[in-house]
Amino acid sequence: MKRLITLAASALALAAVTAAPAAAQDVVITNATVVTGDGGEPVEGGTVVVRSGRVVAAGAGVTPPAGLPSVDAGGAWVTPGLFATITTLGLVDVGAVRASNDTRAGDAPFSAALDVAPVVNANSQNILIHRAAGITRAATTTFPSASIFGGQGAIIDLDADGNPIVRPRAFQMVDLGEGGGRIAGGSRASAHALFRNALREAGSFGDAARIPGMSSRARNVRTGDDVPLDPRMTGGEADRASDTLLTRFDAAALVPVVRGEQMLYVMVERAADIRSVLALKDEFPNLDMVLVGASEGWLVAREIAAAGVPVLADALDALPTGFDQLAATQSNVGRMKQAGVTVALNAGSMENPRRIAQQAGNLVGLARVPGATGLTWGEAFAAISSVPAKISGMGGQAGVLAEGALGDVVIWDGDPLEVTSVPTRVFIGGVEQPLGNHQSRLRDRYRDLDESDLPKAYDW
Amino acid sequence: MMKALIAATSALALAGCATTGSANTASSADKDDAPRFAAKTEAEGPFPSTYSPYPGEATALVGATVFDGAGKRIDNGTVLFRDGKVVAVGASDLSTEGFRVIDAAGKFVTPGIIDIHSHLGDYPSPSVPAHSDGNEATAPTTPDVWAEHSVWPQDPGFSRALANGGITALQILPGSANLMGGRSVTLKNVPSRTVQGMKFPGAPYGFKMACGENPKRVYGGRGRKPSTRMGNFAVNRQTWYDAINYANEENPKRDLGKETLKGVLEGEILVHNHCYRADEMALVMDMAKEVGYRVSAFHHAVESYKIGDLLREDDVCSAIWADWYGFKMEAYDGILENAALLQQAGACVVIHSDSENDIQRLNQEAAKAQAAGARMGIEISDAATIGWITLNAAKAMGIDEMTGSLEEGKMADIVLWNGDPLSVYSRPDKVWIDGALMYDAQDPKRRPVSDFELGQQGEGDVK
Repeated sequence: MKRLITLAASALALAAVTAAPAAAQDVVITNATVVTGDGGEPVEGGTVVVRSGRVVAAGAGVTPPAGLPSVDAGGAWVTPGLFATITTLGLVDVGAVRASNDTRAGDAPFSAALDVAPVVNANSQNILIHRAAGITRAATTTFPSASIFGGQGAIIDLDADGNPIVRPRAFQMVDLGEGGGRIAGGSRASAHALFRNALREAGSFGDAARIPGMSSRARNVRTGDDVPLDPRMTGGEADRASDTLLTRFDAAALVPVVRGEQMLYVMVERAADIRSVLALKDEFPNLDMVLVGASEGWLVAREIAAAGVPVLADALDALPTGFDQLAATQSNVGRMKQAGVTVALNAGSMENPRRIAQQAGNLVGLARVPGATGLTWGEAFAAISSVPAKISGMGGQAGVLAEGALGDVVIWDGDPLEVTSVPTRVFIGGVEQPLGNHQSRLRDRYRDLDESDLPKAYDW
Repeated sequence: MMKALIAATSALALAGCATTGSANTASSADKDDAPRFAAKTEAEGPFPSTYSPYPGEATALVGATVFDGAGKRIDNGTVLFRDGKVVAVGASDLSTEGFRVIDAAGKFVTPGIIDIHSHLGDYPSPSVPAHSDGNEATAPTTPDVWAEHSVWPQDPGFSRALANGGITALQILPGSANLMGGRSVTLKNVPSRTVQGMKFPGAPYGFKMACGENPKRVYGGRGRKPSTRMGNFAVNRQTWYDAINYANEENPKRDLGKETLKGVLEGEILVHNHCYRADEMALVMDMAKEVGYRVSAFHHAVESYKIGDLLREDDVCSAIWADWYGFKMEAYDGILENAALLQQAGACVVIHSDSENDIQRLNQEAAKAQAAGARMGIEISDAATIGWITLNAAKAMGIDEMTGSLEEGKMADIVLWNGDPLSVYSRPDKVWIDGALMYDAQDPKRRPVSDFELGQQGEGDVK
């Protein structure tokens, strides 16, 4: 085992330097404590089989096929890769270094039309660091700044192949809470007027489409990057009524939203605001919404559940940070879940997205506090794997170890929800990934402070 | 009673108008040559603490795993406290006669958790501009301001820190916009109508300084000095020279800011220096030697691991996060192993929050940093790790004679955890401050609710 690890480590080191051609996409992991990610509890003595980049089987009683590269997990925890949503991974190197930060575009002429797909940097240290934390896929997005609309986020993978975009234009962001009111000119009322106007403009803009294209008719299926660019974003038409507020590009970008072809992620915290957002479905029946934040969601949990709107919730908000979350409590996620809401943890509410596992673990611990509502271990793990994947349109594909799912598999050195645990090996699409990054290189350099021969700059 | 109150009120009203206080005229009237007006001196202790412990029961915690904060672990231990003080800490054979016995089998006991870096009260919740009281960002050095004059005792954050984090004492610092941000205040985490009712009796003051990006950005952005790191040092050094001159004068004209700087030079006030980069910390330590003061702790010291040797030699603590990195340029080299590498170098480690959220989970942050060390072969015991958020913090804040560890005669600031505090799954079950039960997970009413939360949705919720 020891030797295997050493060998693997050198292979990985090479891979990191030379960007070796795609390695084999087959792997069998035996003797594992398997977590499938679907809400169930861990199963000991399990096996995970990945062939051609896809999970073939996972769990107990799986006979490992012969002839595939095999790893004896030695009883270690083996899980699907974590799914972090919402993040800015690949859009920022250093938050406060403006030139390196593409997460907001306050001075841009466009808002809804912003599309992160062409600007995600797969070599960003933040992607490397979060890959080492076991996050294999994520939603990444710009945030509302020039307008209440923040642009179109993408689903990315965190592998080392240089092609991070899994599903471009997966969702549109809008802020209809306190922040939206500020951006819209100083009042939530303005945010709602702006929103309605924008969707009506987009609706009529969509109806007027002359070139037949996917966005000119409603569709029954959405499978990923089939959310099309409106043809007028590439064509020559510019004629519109003189009182329109949206630019041509922004209106075109909202056509799939108003038609329900693209999900609308709505940032909202206050119970009253959540109700108003849910009511939008009466006016725009096709809207496919996801609530983001929803700190007071527990107060209107049954209404959210009845509307069938999923939530990306701030897991540990416990303070009245603003007047829009006076009722914030860590029990929010558990109470919504009990009411039947589909809830995943919002990675955007954390110091960094690698804390999703810690936050999920906290919700397990919370269940032991009298009067509080937490999650079971299986539910908590699902809230950072299968549930966010499903909300992101990747149900059955990511965040689960089940037949047909992508081969995103993580081997851990302990319970993955414990703050003390980290991955020892990470597979994405069946390919083992390098786990080195700026942080691990600094750690290695400063393992000691010995400069008796040469300065530290030569130690690499 | 009513009349006396009115008289007092008018006296106060007068005092409010006068530039010097009038309250002290009587005591100086006896001496002919004494000035007619004199404010209380610093030595007389203005804004004194009015805190006194709440009533408590003589209590024995029996059967728990005890981390004493000073590096010791006792399995199946007993902790006795009475009249606000720790009476004894030992094995299961300690007599519990005369104590109310709490069966703590399967549970853990630590000293109260101490956060050395908090802005509760001076950046309280709700986080609205009207509450932004942490940075007097109108001049690059404001040694004259005192954080306690900004602390809003009704910040709901105090209660979350208590109930979720087991925080029993904390240092509230001014922000880092200024090179010299002002005095900090150390509080007991007890709800109070006034900040004086929270002030930790006998705790020394701290003095907040800041390196690097923040001061040069804030003032450089306004076209004034400092706009560079060298400007930062120039302004600091000249300010210290002026303070030395002041301290050497026999009867200087009173200067509020320089009184604080003098306090630092005399070692009465402890320096807490926000500083990320290793090279800058090394320069600050030399500035301290040049001027003649000591840095008690570098805060946010994400690069401390690069100079563990220098920090050990100068006996300066590093107050750090476990995993924050990359949010600003000077945080780019933050690594999980910082604490462990410092511990290995023999330097002092404190895990801090600087956050109304992380203060609720300092135990988890400590565990995270401990585990990062273990992965690279640096084994740090659980007991030593608990020391990062208890006794080490107390040392750097100058209150370690009074609290920070479970030792006979110390304040009975104690957390009973429902499981291993270094696990993500554990929470405080009970928290005592000076022997008084201030939080009890089993009793919904033994949970503070701030004025702000009364009548609001979720009042008294578990949070």
